[in-house]
Amino acid sequence: MELVTLAHGSGGTESAKLIKDLFFSYFNNDILCTQSDASLINPIPGVLAVTTDSFVVTPLFFPGGDIGKLAVCGTINDLSVSGATPLYLTAGFIIEEGFNMCPLEKIVYSMAKVSKLANVKIIAGDTKVVEKGKCDGMYINTTGFGVVEKYAPNHKLTAGDQIIVSGSLGDHGACIMSKRDMLTFESRLTSDCAPLHEVTEVILNASSNVRVMRDPTRGGLATTLNELIENTDKSMLIYEDRLPIKEEVRSFCDLLGLDPLYVANEGKLVCIVSQEDSLKVLKAIQNHPLSKDAAIIGEVTDNRSNKVYLKTYLGATKRLPMATGELLPRIC
Amino acid sequence: MESLNRFKDIELTKRILAKTHKLKNRPQGSLNIMEVCGTHTMSIYKSGIDKLLPSYINLLSGPGCPVCVTDISYIDAALKLSENKEVIIATFGDMIRVPGSSGSLSSARANGAHIKIVYSPLDCIELARSHPEKEIVFLGIGFETTAPSIGLTIESAFHHSITNLSILLNLKTMPYAMENLIFDKSISIDAFICPGHVAAIIGTRPFDALAKKYHIPMVITGFECLDIVGAIYMLIEMINNHAYRCENLYKRIVKSEGNKTALALLDKVFEVTDSSWRGLGIIPKTGLSLKSDFKDFNALLKFGLTLPDVKVPPQCLCSDILRGVKKPPDCLLYKTRCTPSSPIGACMVSSEGTCMNFYKYNN
Repeated sequence: MELVTLAHGSGGTESAKLIKDLFFSYFNNDILCTQSDASLINPIPGVLAVTTDSFVVTPLFFPGGDIGKLAVCGTINDLSVSGATPLYLTAGFIIEEGFNMCPLEKIVYSMAKVSKLANVKIIAGDTKVVEKGKCDGMYINTTGFGVVEKYAPNHKLTAGDQIIVSGSLGDHGACIMSKRDMLTFESRLTSDCAPLHEVTEVILNASSNVRVMRDPTRGGLATTLNELIENTDKSMLIYEDRLPIKEEVRSFCDLLGLDPLYVANEGKLVCIVSQEDSLKVLKAIQNHPLSKDAAIIGEVTDNRSNKVYLKTYLGATKRLPMATGELLPRIC
Repeated sequence: MESLNRFKDIELTKRILAKTHKLKNRPQGSLNIMEVCGTHTMSIYKSGIDKLLPSYINLLSGPGCPVCVTDISYIDAALKLSENKEVIIATFGDMIRVPGSSGSLSSARANGAHIKIVYSPLDCIELARSHPEKEIVFLGIGFETTAPSIGLTIESAFHHSITNLSILLNLKTMPYAMENLIFDKSISIDAFICPGHVAAIIGTRPFDALAKKYHIPMVITGFECLDIVGAIYMLIEMINNHAYRCENLYKRIVKSEGNKTALALLDKVFEVTDSSWRGLGIIPKTGLSLKSDFKDFNALLKFGLTLPDVKVPPQCLCSDILRGVKKPPDCLLYKTRCTPSSPIGACMVSSEGTCMNFYKYNN
């Protein structure tokens, strides 16, 4: 059983071997394999989109993905919801001494597989190894570059604009929480971790009246909607009976006293689109396997209180505020 | 799964709500109906039941959130323990942000204290085994609902001779706390929605005895919208008909005799004691302490601690809010100095806290 040692991060022969045998072999592409200190890329016509994100997740492997897939999808999704076609990624690894090579290879394989699927090249990288106990297994940072060709973001929200989510809510967060140590749930919960570049492409092809797209990751849908309404003179009204939430996610959240609207997603997006185009967009994305459960969940309203409201199953209108603090399971 | 039926029940819930509006208000005045379970509070505010009832119904949230009724002195004792480098504090999640006199367990954790969130007290057995060099202290709070799993943990630790585990115990029991509220002259309670989870353990009889003794209608019910709306409908009818007893609408979970196995365990491990409730003071016979056979698991004895005498911050209306005398907006601190991100009172911390629910759903 080969383990990652401090030598693998020290820049010597072990580092070189790790890079060559693992990273080059899986991420194999013309730019990376020039093995320069910096990768050189040709000019890209259009507006360049850049984003960076660091990924820390426990456990590293979960139903529906692992930290590698998450790190690639997360950055691809940030580019995609900005209207960019993802092109390149960089990957920085911080690995704890003693990490097993076998899961490391699985993680790298996941990254290679999903980036290939999205036609994205991993063109630069770095590996550091820290002493045992100084990090929780592994952290990954990815920086993404994409090009914006046709999307001219029109953030101005208009009363009547429709709010679409691309599928079931809270899947990733519920899955991760159910797999944390000590919470020995037997469940069918699966992370929704997936790259959304095709879904955003379908949306942008279907409508030129897309106001904004966003992926509701940490803080869940409720937090994202509150962010989107900030600094506008509008409000939002969401209908509880339209929210796509899987029964197993709902039951799990009920058990822990959590609200699925505040639980993270890693393969879903929110899209606000003009009323006229909303059904067209909905139908278009429902034809894509990653967004077949998409739904129109609410609308932008002229209410000047500038808040997100939820019409409950029973018909009462309640505020849906931004998340505060960490998600904490209740006592009983 | 119970929640599978939720959607089907919505129409029925709406129909019962409509029928509730047609009921007579015989006493011709406002009716105070109190729920004494935090899960009921959360469900009422989340679904908006409070906004859909006849205007003469005044829903009051009682002291049913376990975090909210935990005295500051207890948090201070936990914080004191967390300073001990040999100690790992194991706790239910929503305890960690409750403010003590200075800071919370969350801030203690940021300063290096070893604090672990567990989902069940039984997790502490494994924690104690895997950290033989450390002392595990579990923060044992809650009502009759958490008491059995804490009792089971103590029994299991006793049986397996685990010596590096102890409990900072602050378990509370509900019936005498309800009686205390009935006696309270500053509030007039016309009916109680009884706590379904507590009743699942202790059965219906303690509530029925209270209802008959003090002529207050009570209904034990579950946590879905239909359960709660059904209970309110039934309570109005009971008030109108002077029906002074406790009805059980939660028969799918609650038996009249309760959970005999759990009650036997509680009787084995715990004895009844007085308990100090945040903002309410000491209420006789509302606490559980360890029987002498299990005193080795008492963290206060093990670490030579006493609970300091600490008062709630002045201006903090926890006392009135926990008794339903005042609503959160009546508190000067509410939404000004006391918010979910910077809570002063425990009621603003827990997802079941009255202030948190007001803040979250009623702004």
